[in-house]
Amino acid sequence: MDYADYLIQQGINAISLGSLYALVAVGLSIVFGILRLTNFAHGDMMMVGAFSTLLSSLAGVPFLWGIGIGVVAGAAGGMIMERVAYRPVRGAPDVTLLLTSLAVTYILENLGILVFGSSPKNFPLPDWLDTSWEFRDGALTFTSINVLTVALTVVSLLFLGWFVTRTTTGLGMRAAAEDMGAAHLVGLNVNRLIVAAFALASAYAGLAGVLWAAQAGVVQPLMGFTPLLKAFVAAIIGGFGSIGGALFGGYLLGTLEVAIVAFLPDEISPYRDPIVFALLIVFLLFRPGGILQPNREEKL
Amino acid sequence: MSHTIRTRLIVAAAILLAAIVAVFGPGLLGDYFTRILLLICMNGVLVASLGLCNGFTGVFSLGHVGFVATAAYVNGILSLTAEQSASLLPNLPAWLSGWGMHFLPATLIAGLVTAALAALVGLPLMRLSGHFVSVATMGFLIIVNGVLVNADEFTRGSRTFTGVPLDTTLPWAMGWLVITLLVLARIIYSPIGRAMRAVRDNAIAARGIGINVLRTRLLAFVVGAFFAGVGGSLYARYLGSFSPATFYFSMMINQIAMLVLGGMGSLSGAMIGVVVIGTMTELLRALERGFSIDGVTMPPLFGASQIALGLVFILIMIYRPTGIAGGREIVLWPRTSTRPAPSVEEAPSRN
Amino acid sequence: MATLEAAPETHDAAAAPPLLAITDLTVSYGPVRALKGVSLHVEQGEVVALLGANGAGKSTTLRAISGLVRPRAGDIRLRGSSIMRLPPAKIVRNGVAHCPEGRRVFASLTVAENLRLGAASREDASGVDEDREKLLSLFPILRTRRNQTAGTLSGGEQQQLALARALMARPSLLLLDEPSLGVAPLLVRDIFRTLGQLKRQGVTMLLVEQNLSLALDIADRAYVLRTGEVRLSGVAEDLRDGERVAEAYLGSR
Repeated sequence: MDYADYLIQQGINAISLGSLYALVAVGLSIVFGILRLTNFAHGDMMMVGAFSTLLSSLAGVPFLWGIGIGVVAGAAGGMIMERVAYRPVRGAPDVTLLLTSLAVTYILENLGILVFGSSPKNFPLPDWLDTSWEFRDGALTFTSINVLTVALTVVSLLFLGWFVTRTTTGLGMRAAAEDMGAAHLVGLNVNRLIVAAFALASAYAGLAGVLWAAQAGVVQPLMGFTPLLKAFVAAIIGGFGSIGGALFGGYLLGTLEVAIVAFLPDEISPYRDPIVFALLIVFLLFRPGGILQPNREEKL
Repeated sequence: MSHTIRTRLIVAAAILLAAIVAVFGPGLLGDYFTRILLLICMNGVLVASLGLCNGFTGVFSLGHVGFVATAAYVNGILSLTAEQSASLLPNLPAWLSGWGMHFLPATLIAGLVTAALAALVGLPLMRLSGHFVSVATMGFLIIVNGVLVNADEFTRGSRTFTGVPLDTTLPWAMGWLVITLLVLARIIYSPIGRAMRAVRDNAIAARGIGINVLRTRLLAFVVGAFFAGVGGSLYARYLGSFSPATFYFSMMINQIAMLVLGGMGSLSGAMIGVVVIGTMTELLRALERGFSIDGVTMPPLFGASQIALGLVFILIMIYRPTGIAGGREIVLWPRTSTRPAPSVEEAPSRN
Repeated sequence: MATLEAAPETHDAAAAPPLLAITDLTVSYGPVRALKGVSLHVEQGEVVALLGANGAGKSTTLRAISGLVRPRAGDIRLRGSSIMRLPPAKIVRNGVAHCPEGRRVFASLTVAENLRLGAASREDASGVDEDREKLLSLFPILRTRRNQTAGTLSGGEQQQLALARALMARPSLLLLDEPSLGVAPLLVRDIFRTLGQLKRQGVTMLLVEQNLSLALDIADRAYVLRTGEVRLSGVAEDLRDGERVAEAYLGSR
């Protein structure tokens, strides 16, 4: 196996991982952009999506439909979360919002444990998805899940691009993120925009949850925790609140993580997560507006 | 002045009462209530020290448990005898192994280590504000956890770290709680504490009147980290065995819930939160195990107490974001002249 | 008592209700009372100027009409029915468009997208297209810049965009807050020329403006506010006597 194959293989891994991070980070940024809410409970919509898909496939629903059910369930979960927990504290200080979201995630994860148990559940895949292709005598492998992940990510992100530039709701979401007061003045129904933002963001989380579970082969209530933290890093690298930045950050982070494991010595590569979060702190300190926006000051 | 004399008398009486409870309590209360009291004391140390930074300077740190974890492992490593470290941590560097250190010096060292760590990481982190500092300190917690999981030769990685002597008795815990509260009260109700509140209420105005914002925040962060180290040491020698997961997000949420419920911005708020949530958790634990009354069997509900805790937390955020104490000290004696009024006190009391 | 008094706010009860009627409006920001019982009205087709020094309560009045601040007391009626408790979006739907101080265009959106959001409250797609064409003819610079993001426009261009965005709602009442603020003097004249055109087309306006002579040139009537109260009101020509207005402004005698 030569080095080029190795690089290509790592590239496939990076794109696949980066797609998942991008899907989660986009939702975080959509909600943060409009509400300034650092939503820790966003990751739990991955659990909602994945378990909904699991339950529907156990009930005999075809897998592709099951993915749709996971996405819709994620969106519904996001809308309920907004109505029950976030609307009552809307307009409160940043820290109150953040703490509320911590409480929401705590409730949802424990609810998940209560309902599904804390042990991982097998996530069955249909045969047509349980395949992989090998090239160059096994030097290059990619699974149909990799392909599905990238394909669905691309399709859903194209949809997002269309949505935020062509529909009044999407444009309104961007407008409200920029200037909530002016959005009120032009007659946008800001309440509805916020609900739409949660639905959209959580639908992406639901999709990410299904794909994450498909890659891991298992689902469990705490599955959204680590991806959520990584998505924070991705969103902040890209500039928190910016949709394009979140995508960029997601793929950058995926690439970086794969590179740490693939190219750094074995003594260092286990420290991947500490390195990634140290990077987060560096960004918050020196580039709080993200890579693309060096001048946004959030420091004191 | 008579006020100060009275304050001193009351402090002395409180210490005496604490000493009596600590010495005679275990015999009178039995194991179950002694354990609850012990937990309240340990969490009191942790939550009061969390409140110093989060409640008084307005820098809402999510990284406190990172210091707790660090201290627990430092104390644990120092407590091991030569044979223990040979069998548990064969690759531990010689200068760290076989200390078999007594509780008190190990706790002080652990506290100093965490304080030094806080000074180091606080120097950059305390420059941030709002949710940015929260996210960054959470990053610190994750980094600490990642290091503990991977630094096998020091920590046994994600496996359980065992063999720590069970030294944390009620007198120790209560003694440290009293010291913590006295030191924190001393800081909070002094000119430094006033500077902290000024920084919290309006950092730009505080800077305008000559307060060094960074240094003020850093001081609160470092002192808070020292007592987080003390609390972590108490936990280490209370549990005897623990893993990195012991000191992670659920502990963080638990402590923050206590602080927020009781009310940030006062020591009595922190203690109220510790007592209320500690008691509530104990009561709900019975529910979690399942029980049967008059033939009606309640199945075990794992996670029910956490769900209840989360719901209480949300209700507090919605209906009373200042917590039970609402930023005031609940005092059983009239206000003394040594206590400056925090700005929030102008609001009418709802207690 | 001040020697100057506001003309009593009277209205012939038999006639149709005015387009906008505000009675005894009181607004507080925390302990600070920004408006202390303001009454005024705007008739269909009129341009009414709201004058006064900084902090007199002019912008607060407009914000209260649009539903951005919740008044403590009083009433705001549009064609006789109260709009005071309605959410901002409903008020726009009822025909009140607000062109805010400082323009507040959506900087990251294009000119065309800003205009589109201006019509967010409307459902008549063909009418929207028609109005957009009309407005792009009225503000030709916006046509050439229609695919540029609003943040790249100059201050004067942004003011035109803000005005066009508000007009996209096809309002029966246009609230204008300091359209000359931060705009180069030459462009200010352009903007007021456009406002004059709009007036001739029958657009009703309630105008807040620091520039007295510009405001009185275009207005039919004016009210002068000081510390949250109407101190003087009357027909615009009558208010050209600068001394009376200055007194009402500053409270000097």
